Amino acid sequence: MNTAARARERKEKPGPLEYMRQWPLRVTVIATLVFLYLPLITLMVFSFNDSRRNIVWQGFTFKYYEKAFNNASLMEAFGNSLTIAFVCTILSVILGALTAVMLWRFRFPGKTVVEGGMALPIVVPEICMGVAMLVFFARVMPWPQGMPWPFNLGAIIIAHTSFAFPFVATVVRARLASFNRELEEAAKDLGASEWRTFWDVLVPHMQPGLIAGALLAFTLSLDDFVITFFTAGPDTITFPVKVYSMLRFSVTPEVNAASTVLIVLTVALTAIGLHLQNRNEQKAKA
Amino acid sequence: MTDAAPATPSNAPAPKAQPHVKDNAIIRFENITKRFGKVVAVDNVNLEIREGEFFALLGPSGCGKTTLLRMLAGFETPSEGRVLIDGKDVAPLPPNKRPVNMVFQSYAVFPHMKVADNVGYGLKMDGVDGGETKRRVEEALDLVKLGGFGDRMPDQLSGGQRQRVALARALVKRPRVLLLDEPLSALDAKLRDQMRSELTSLQEKVGITFIMVTHDQDEALAIATRCAVMNRGLLTQVATPSDLYEFPNSRFVADFVGSVNMFEGVLDKDEQDHAIVRAPELAAPVYLDHGVTGAKGSTVWVALRPEKIEMHKRAEGQAAMKMEDAPEGANVVPGIIRDIVYLGSETIFEVELDGGRRVKTFRSNLTRYDQEDFTWDEPVWLAWHACSPAVLLS
Repeated sequence: MNTAARARERKEKPGPLEYMRQWPLRVTVIATLVFLYLPLITLMVFSFNDSRRNIVWQGFTFKYYEKAFNNASLMEAFGNSLTIAFVCTILSVILGALTAVMLWRFRFPGKTVVEGGMALPIVVPEICMGVAMLVFFARVMPWPQGMPWPFNLGAIIIAHTSFAFPFVATVVRARLASFNRELEEAAKDLGASEWRTFWDVLVPHMQPGLIAGALLAFTLSLDDFVITFFTAGPDTITFPVKVYSMLRFSVTPEVNAASTVLIVLTVALTAIGLHLQNRNEQKAKA
Repeated sequence: MTDAAPATPSNAPAPKAQPHVKDNAIIRFENITKRFGKVVAVDNVNLEIREGEFFALLGPSGCGKTTLLRMLAGFETPSEGRVLIDGKDVAPLPPNKRPVNMVFQSYAVFPHMKVADNVGYGLKMDGVDGGETKRRVEEALDLVKLGGFGDRMPDQLSGGQRQRVALARALVKRPRVLLLDEPLSALDAKLRDQMRSELTSLQEKVGITFIMVTHDQDEALAIATRCAVMNRGLLTQVATPSDLYEFPNSRFVADFVGSVNMFEGVLDKDEQDHAIVRAPELAAPVYLDHGVTGAKGSTVWVALRPEKIEMHKRAEGQAAMKMEDAPEGANVVPGIIRDIVYLGSETIFEVELDGGRRVKTFRSNLTRYDQEDFTWDEPVWLAWHACSPAVLLS
């Protein structure tokens, strides 16, 4: 295309449906991006600030990253958080997928109740869930204290799984709605047992939902503060709770540094997950 | 039944020799009834299908034909009655243990597997070893003219190719019976015609019994060696395509298979060699060159296929023409052309009779010029041969 043609194209008025070329939507998009990401960027930038008070920019340094990595209790909290998130993700995906299949596949008395009950952890305010968990682990099923790592994290893992798996179930259920039942019948017709049919036909269909659900569960667990705060014992601390306790003393760039690491980690994991999903879709197309 | 016994051959060509059709009944439905709640989907069906046949279950949607097919595959269990395959009751067998395979309406090709893996899936489930599987998959793909497509993914295939994959996947297991659920309904018209003849030749080549469910009567007539017409769960008629068309046993079959002009009338005369029906809507009596088995004075229906009605020019006040094989005044009625539908290969004329009843008739466009030049509002005679109408008692 020559420059004249390009210039002509630029002058052309936007069509009625080309919203992205009209100023109101552009402004909205830019404003949204600014409000979403400016705080995060600020946080990241100030993690390199050479100042203890961290209010005015003083100069560039990696000092606080070093400090954060050398902070044993912070690193322990970080490790705890990752472990909890990892185990919680696996449990949530299994439980969520099974729940979704059950609700999609079967009709049984009280199904609507189960369906409604499942959505409860999503709609109930987190603080209520937290208090409920506190009471539950205090009165009904006390988690033994002083267990070796990682079993001391059991209570938190159970709590996290209980609010994360409904998200997985919801995502997988939506995915299952587009499943062609004839695929299942075809597999059986060709000689597959129920079990083989499940693995060979249903699971591959659910896969994008499982990946999306796993990402959701992982991030939900990793950054949960409220529920963890109520269920964590004295010897178990997670990253968000630790950051909160550090904030109570002073807002040093160390907190920023730790948060930046967490953000980068979450973004990286999400990117990997999305990439895997895209690759699978492309493989299906290629 | 009235005139069902075709003593002389009908219009259809003499039946093709079918060495692969055997006498034994490979499938037998015995008093099969299927209820879904209060709805009776299949009502006391008795049906035998012989080995090697290409059998069609034909009927409007909701008539129970698919349910019957699914009971064969094992996806539904009959409420009453028995399904026998090779003389054995298959009630205790789940779908994955039955010697039948199915081609689904949506083809149900596994989207996440390569074509070769799709076709080989059934063999893998049977525990056939790798080399044998590979050979048989290639053989099956060649059979459906998809040789070399093994490495493709299903979404790189067209609808017609996906259907071939589904066919190969079912045939590779060498089933006793292949079930096809509306196999051609999702294809476009040209491809459908092509697949029709391919299905027939494929069936003759592999010699497996094919059972097809369809709502398209053209499809059933074109492909099947025998058809069963179903209506509201009941088996209405089981016959060869030509018998179904030329000798329907009820108004439903006459109307569902092909196009028809139906007249209600009274049986006026019933002799050994001829019969006369008087229909109020027709100005002339209907003369038949054979006897029927109804009681005199009973209500019957005369079914006249559009292509079996001749149309001749008529001048006002002219005496009625005479058909050579009917007495004076019978089988000829006056009318006026009210509508003309030009279809290229033929033209459909809608003729209004004196009483206001409209009758449909076809004329093939034999040359590029219409020699007789029929036009709108033109008076015509409609006439038919004494052997053409089918007389129906129900």
